[in-house]
Amino acid sequence: MRHGPLVFLAAFFALSASWFGFVLTPQVQLGRSVQETNSVMKAELYPNDRPGNARQGLEIYRANGCVYCHSQQVQQNGMLVNVVLTDAGKNTMAVADLLNEEHLGNFSGPSVGAGLPKTILTNASIDVATVLAKNVKTAGGVTQLRLVPVGPDIERGWGTRLTVAQDFVADATALPGSLRVGPDLANEGGRHRDLNWQYVHLYNPGAVTPKSPMPAYKFLFEQKKIGKQASPDALQLTGELKPAAGYEIVPKAEAKALVAYLVSLNSDTPLFEAPLTPPAPAKSTNAPAK
Amino acid sequence: MAEIDGSCRVPLFLMFVSGAIWLVIASIFGLIASLKFHMPDLFANCAAMTYGRVHPVATNALIYGFGVQAGLGVALWVIARVGMTRAAQPWLIALGAKLWNFGLLVGVIGILAGDNTGFENLEIPRYGVVFLFLGYLLMAIFILATLHNRGERLLVPSQWFLLAALFWFPWIYFTANYLLLSHTPVRGITQAVIAWWYSGNLNLVWFGLVGLAVIFHFIRQLMNRPLYSRHLAAFTFWSIILFASWCGVPATAPVPAWIPSLSTVATVLTVVTALSVMVNIRKTCGTGCAQTENPAPGKFIAFGTMAFVVAWFLNALGAVPGVRSVTGLTWYGVGVWELNVFGFFTMTMIGAIYYIVPQVTGMQWPSVGSPKRHYWFALLGVLLIVAPLVIGGVVQGLNWRNVKMSDLDVAKNAVKFLRVTTIGEVFILLGNLMLLGNLIGLSVRYYKLHFVPVYKGALAEVKTAGVKP
Repeated sequence: MRHGPLVFLAAFFALSASWFGFVLTPQVQLGRSVQETNSVMKAELYPNDRPGNARQGLEIYRANGCVYCHSQQVQQNGMLVNVVLTDAGKNTMAVADLLNEEHLGNFSGPSVGAGLPKTILTNASIDVATVLAKNVKTAGGVTQLRLVPVGPDIERGWGTRLTVAQDFVADATALPGSLRVGPDLANEGGRHRDLNWQYVHLYNPGAVTPKSPMPAYKFLFEQKKIGKQASPDALQLTGELKPAAGYEIVPKAEAKALVAYLVSLNSDTPLFEAPLTPPAPAKSTNAPAK
Repeated sequence: MAEIDGSCRVPLFLMFVSGAIWLVIASIFGLIASLKFHMPDLFANCAAMTYGRVHPVATNALIYGFGVQAGLGVALWVIARVGMTRAAQPWLIALGAKLWNFGLLVGVIGILAGDNTGFENLEIPRYGVVFLFLGYLLMAIFILATLHNRGERLLVPSQWFLLAALFWFPWIYFTANYLLLSHTPVRGITQAVIAWWYSGNLNLVWFGLVGLAVIFHFIRQLMNRPLYSRHLAAFTFWSIILFASWCGVPATAPVPAWIPSLSTVATVLTVVTALSVMVNIRKTCGTGCAQTENPAPGKFIAFGTMAFVVAWFLNALGAVPGVRSVTGLTWYGVGVWELNVFGFFTMTMIGAIYYIVPQVTGMQWPSVGSPKRHYWFALLGVLLIVAPLVIGGVVQGLNWRNVKMSDLDVAKNAVKFLRVTTIGEVFILLGNLMLLGNLIGLSVRYYKLHFVPVYKGALAEVKTAGVKP
């Protein structure tokens, strides 16, 4: 260690190894990933490109350092399985006996076949669920296994599954964050779709979540005189926040872009590396949309 | 000896005074950022003063304005002293420091204007990075030239550490900035992996190497006895460059599992670095740690050493699987970062500055008690920032896992701890002002002593020659 060249070579070797491991290899493995049609349930492209306005919103998100307080990485502790009975078969009595034996309810022949599909076992481990599914199959019934990712983040409603590398493929800047001062935003678009809620929350977080420690972003808004008619984007404010009569608070272009980005954050598509069973679509009816 | 010290005077003065100014800027912006948690409406109408711009200015001023700059200054002095040689091209080193400061100023203004790159520790936009990189090269090349001119060919431990660090920074800085900010940056989550890799290498490897080099040097200088074990120092060196260079990727990262797993293993292994430093320093000092000839620098450096051991231990602890599921993505990591960058590195460098400046100017500090007062302010500040963040981080992590507690309650609960850190920020700011005041007071006296008589003499000569000035 007493000779300069030796120290230099040691440092060179160590840094090369680290560079090879954490710069070159991730780039080879992930750097060229493209939007793939690898969603589990339906063959759609994921992730979809964000609309142009939302892409500009990502730049606003970056410039104002939202990432210092909000992560975009939902954690998942494990996977549980719900077993859904979709068909009780011809001999409904056999299925009912099986379920009664397993202490999953008190069924009779006709009652087990009523109101299908119905969940007969919730939050079970994969082993338990597969055994039950096999037994039901032997008894002549048909079941479906639904995958339910679990973990505190998911229970908080921050997302429906683990965030993975694929979620960031379409963005110019990947901002997964490193600290959660406030909630995770990986699925913000799935939670707060209401644009006015988003605007008011940015304008004055305390107005929608009282005593929120989040700073106000009033510089993204402007107060202006109401013209011939009120602006459609004007913030619906109440109480003290209400501007003087004849004036309205409207979002600037930056605020519109930022909110477009926030509501575009939606990562609940099932992927091979982060599977889940999406909730069943609402039963289709012929009633016109309201 | 005086001649060697004198040769470093010009660059050191520039680096230390600008470093101290950046340190004050860092603590002012840090305080504003901290106040934002208690007054969310503070400067709400000013885009440049929003939390997400003020906070990165504070960290970048601390890392690049003081950390790297003062680190290079102290490195120059240590290398010149140990090598018994004059600084090579001090004016070019000073020019490099000027470029560095200019780049940082441009970068900080860029961040405030909204050109933050979004990557932690790499927020400076690319038009600032160019100057920073060139400035670094200029400084590092002539510090290496000074090392090359050394009298004694065989290297001592502090020289290994500095040699590796000088070469380490341009590689990681160029890699990260080129791959993230060039016209065709890497895409997707790879960006975040590279930014984490850079942060780990800067915060643990670079600061670790330079800070420990200074500690090892000053232990010898202040205690007047050699380091207990050279082999143990070699072990520390290898453990830093082999393990710490793989840290940085958090376990929660949304990337293929091998990356965070490898990073976790490396982070846990860095505990041996902390242990080896602890043993080496303890065995060197024995019971004589308190008996230093110059109390203030010794106090700062002793605190820096302890902070290093604790910070690296907490960092390794935070990577252990059972612990990290609580501490991940909380204030815990911020607390450990503060302890490493401020408690360890900045405190060590401040101690070194308090020792070096009187040596290179041949003058005493304007107030003898001031460095000591600064020490107590800094000590209190670091403790009031780090302890609440580490404890608050654990509490926050447990709260996030308790799904019955609403998001808002968890966030509000964490702010209680931030009230204490705000007080800590005030102490840090006052301490940093003392450092700047001491440096300015000393420069004014130096100017009066060395330049005013020369100027007056020249003026008198001009007058006697009968030429109107």
